[in-house]
Amino acid sequence: MRLLRELRAAYAFIERNFNLVKRYWGWELVWLTYSIVEALAITYLGAGIEAITGQRVDTAYLILYLLVGTLVWAYLATVFDGLSEAISWERWEGTIEYTLMAPVSRLTHLLGTTAFTIAYGLVRTLLILAVVALFFQIDLGRANLTGAILVLLGGSLSFIGLGIFAAVLPLLFPERGEQMSYAVQALILLISGIYYPIEVLPPWLQRLAALSPATYALQGMRAALLEGELIPALAGYLLPLVLMGLILIPCGLIAFSLGERYAKRTGKLKRSG
Amino acid sequence: MEGLALDVQDVTKTFPVAGLFGLLRPKGPSEQIIALAGVSLAVPRGEILGLLGPNGSGKSTLVRLIATLLIPDSGRILVFGHDAQREPREVRRLINRVSADAAFFKGLTAMENLLFTARLYGLSGRTARRRTLEILARLGLEGQSLHRPLEQLSRGMQQKVAIARAFLTSPVLLLLDEPTTGLDPYSRREVQQFILEVRTDHDASVLLTTHAMEEAERLSDRIAIIAEGRIVACDTPTGLKERFRLNGHLPTLEEVFLALTGRAFELEERCGC
Repeated sequence: MRLLRELRAAYAFIERNFNLVKRYWGWELVWLTYSIVEALAITYLGAGIEAITGQRVDTAYLILYLLVGTLVWAYLATVFDGLSEAISWERWEGTIEYTLMAPVSRLTHLLGTTAFTIAYGLVRTLLILAVVALFFQIDLGRANLTGAILVLLGGSLSFIGLGIFAAVLPLLFPERGEQMSYAVQALILLISGIYYPIEVLPPWLQRLAALSPATYALQGMRAALLEGELIPALAGYLLPLVLMGLILIPCGLIAFSLGERYAKRTGKLKRSG
Repeated sequence: MEGLALDVQDVTKTFPVAGLFGLLRPKGPSEQIIALAGVSLAVPRGEILGLLGPNGSGKSTLVRLIATLLIPDSGRILVFGHDAQREPREVRRLINRVSADAAFFKGLTAMENLLFTARLYGLSGRTARRRTLEILARLGLEGQSLHRPLEQLSRGMQQKVAIARAFLTSPVLLLLDEPTTGLDPYSRREVQQFILEVRTDHDASVLLTTHAMEEAERLSDRIAIIAEGRIVACDTPTGLKERFRLNGHLPTLEEVFLALTGRAFELEERCGC
């Protein structure tokens, strides 16, 4: 009975978020178009590198390299955004007090949000891939798709944890918490080798890159899709991802619980509170 | 305590003026906002207790504390014997709240918003739809308006949906924080009648804050008056008026309210309810 109640509550977040996407379909279309154009622009950079440098390069490899970076980042950023905006969105609409006073555990709340976010991120990323595939000849003949899916799942785990951490920020800093989560996301983008190998970064940034789950997700995806590495060879990327996920998710939940308590103690749940 | 729907015991709540996790926060007592200074009140099962007070007197803070949206500095709040701090989920199952601002996802329809709430409280979609239709029909909101985005409904209609949201989950303690704000006199009457019916039919207890004296008088079994975070009087409407009878003239409730709240209070001057 209790499980059924929790499942219904988790489904409430999935259904509500789906209804919001349906309601604001125009906004979704514009945002998807932007993401497709961005993916195309970055991938064309790879296509144009021979013309820019005047030297022979493996353009097909470079295109695939950039495309993997673009798509994986599009997905991971969507997961991160979906969770980190769980609170800021409700604050914006003014519904946060009603959601937080419902008899729902925070785990259920975040599980429902996560389930929707992952489904939404996958659909969105596949749509981007489908359109980009019309412009470029993408050869995935060597790819290990099963390995790629496993790496993506591992990356999802860590990004769920990071997203929960970022969701706390608007509770602690009502005026600037959301912007702070964008800054976190930008830092991950810089250090994780989304569009370039992390070896080009200065040594101190490379040390930071080793702490970012996106680094392992990107390297693992490229190893699986570009090099066709088998699962045992992907373990070096999978293990840190799973480990980070197992640390980040519970720590994120604890941080969220502490943040919620702080907001309730200081009256920061609602701006006029 | 047996038979008490709500038992507020010597609750104090202050808010910091500014600061970052208390590091930059001024420490002096004058730098803190004292929202509640030792409030005690009890609502027996089935009673409607009206809570009157000027703006900023602590009414909404008290409602938020009972709703587990704030944590008191000291004191206890029991809802049907459950401690709001130690057993928040049990308390949340028993309560619901209507505030003056109808907080919803305004892009979603009334039905979508109410389905979300119902699922959070463990109701099935079918039950939620049936109850929603019943309650909104009772409040005079039917037909196509249920399937239009909330942002397209008038302020009064939105408030009726907010009232329906609270009643949908069959709470045994209702926290009505200026529930009829924004309603026309006819709708106000309908809502007041509905509150009385719910009390009788569902054995619900109600804490009602309002600025409308006639509403407080019509609905409340007893009325507590709060000023500067302290309960300064608590009695039946007639009892309160009798206290201020002068030369045979029985004052109106508004005159009593003005007499009790239009002056500065000594720190020790407070009473329980």
